[in-house]
Amino acid sequence: MTKMSTTIAGVHFKNPIVMASGTFGFGREYGKLYDMSMLGGISGKGLTLHPKAGNPGTRVYETASGMLNSVGLENPGVAAFLEKECPYWETLDTARLVNLGGGTLEDYVLGAEMIQRDADLRSSLGKTAVDMIELNISCPNVKEGGIAFGIKTSEARKVVQAVRRATKLPLAVKLSPGAENIVEMAQMCEEEGADAVSLINTISGMKIDVRRRSSVFNNLYAGLSGPAIKPVALRMVHQVAQNISIPVIGMGGITTATDIIEFIMAGASVIQVGTYNFMNLRAGSQLVEELGQFMVQENIQSLDEIRGII
Amino acid sequence: MGMVLSNDRLTDGVYHLKVETNSGGKMGQFYMLRAWGAYPILSRPLSIHEVNEDSVEFLYHVVGEGTEIFSRLTPGDSVELEGPFGTGFPQVEGKVSLIGGGIGIAPLYYCAKQLPGCDIFLGFSREAYRTEAFRPLAAELTVDVGGFILDRVDFSQYDHVFVCGPHPMLKAAQLKGIAAEEAGSKTKVYLSLENRMACGIGACLVCSVSCRDGQRKACADGPVFLSEEVIFHD
Repeated sequence: MTKMSTTIAGVHFKNPIVMASGTFGFGREYGKLYDMSMLGGISGKGLTLHPKAGNPGTRVYETASGMLNSVGLENPGVAAFLEKECPYWETLDTARLVNLGGGTLEDYVLGAEMIQRDADLRSSLGKTAVDMIELNISCPNVKEGGIAFGIKTSEARKVVQAVRRATKLPLAVKLSPGAENIVEMAQMCEEEGADAVSLINTISGMKIDVRRRSSVFNNLYAGLSGPAIKPVALRMVHQVAQNISIPVIGMGGITTATDIIEFIMAGASVIQVGTYNFMNLRAGSQLVEELGQFMVQENIQSLDEIRGII
Repeated sequence: MGMVLSNDRLTDGVYHLKVETNSGGKMGQFYMLRAWGAYPILSRPLSIHEVNEDSVEFLYHVVGEGTEIFSRLTPGDSVELEGPFGTGFPQVEGKVSLIGGGIGIAPLYYCAKQLPGCDIFLGFSREAYRTEAFRPLAAELTVDVGGFILDRVDFSQYDHVFVCGPHPMLKAAQLKGIAAEEAGSKTKVYLSLENRMACGIGACLVCSVSCRDGQRKACADGPVFLSEEVIFHD
């Protein structure tokens, strides 16, 4: 019997396959296609304190082996999530990560406090809907003049510190590949009490419509994901895993069981699957099966045997 | 997975694809199709043109890499198809007109079969196709090439108007519906929106539509919307 499970900050992942934020809604839609309990975990659609309508204009454009998106964090806001989605999340037998974004430090803190209060209330009733907060620090910081929290370690530290104080829930920090120094950024997260880091978020990219002589996106730039970014993601996961003691949640272009194994060998504890959910609506269930088969074929008894061996 | 039964070229860049499946579907719904491996990344949403007991038919226009690959499919080839998805046109009573612009005629054929006695208006920019298939289903068939098909329809004559076509046409249909309502007509206008999609099932929010009651999803809440609900930004 192969062992795929692992535990991060007390949160049990029955296998390393977690569905990535922004590609999986809150799980309901895919839940109609296969059993969510097959999965190691899910990370919900990125939430902000208040509802967001997202970006106008083109929101997705395909590139060579990848995809640019400019959805702009359209989401119902934290309160609506807690009210409307958490009753469903309470029923799920998988690790549930709530992805929290924000425009200002205050928004992050208020959002984290609301999630914590809700968790306390549910806990008093013997229920759990959220197992972990995944803090997304790649959003524009309006108060800092548009500099992303995710680029400068000193700015990111303020958010991680403040959110860490605001919640007792296990905390993963999702890092941007645009960080000035991804290793320093991850080390800072560890210093500030984060329980894990997840990386990488999308890479800033661009597509120009040469006939219209303009970017296809209203915001000019968009986030690149998919197989095109896998080598970059793998390198960053490896670099970070070498230099911190807390677990790494790795992601970027994973579409096969061998991709998962690569990330585990690079040091990831669990991985996330994003764009592949669009290429294959049953990606989650398929990868769980493929990973099991691959481990048997390669005589891997436990993922612990190969984690971080590179 | 479905097997291609036929894939006929109708005119320049327009094809009629028939795929073996018993998944069925309702008028105005769509399927997500792909006939390749990893690239292009996204599957393509295609409206249901016709549903048979053991197959579903689609009309598509070659506009990019995905539809170009579709155009090379031959009988016996495999396609991955997921669906049917979306909320289609409502089954309505009363006098109905179906208005299609270009490849927007695709979902209207199955509508015409479900709504006997409707008037059908088909507009094309360069060359007409599939019009003879529509003819026996229509109380009256109007075909226009090179003109503006909406000009040929008096919305006030109908209880329900179903429209599918390019965005400027949908916006114009909305305005025409508003004008008919202001003139005292109770015509209900339904628009089928064809937005870019990534997942097709309501998870990614790529296909969001601005509506009077907030953001909605073209794939799951639509692609058919009551005209008065939709806010057009351009």
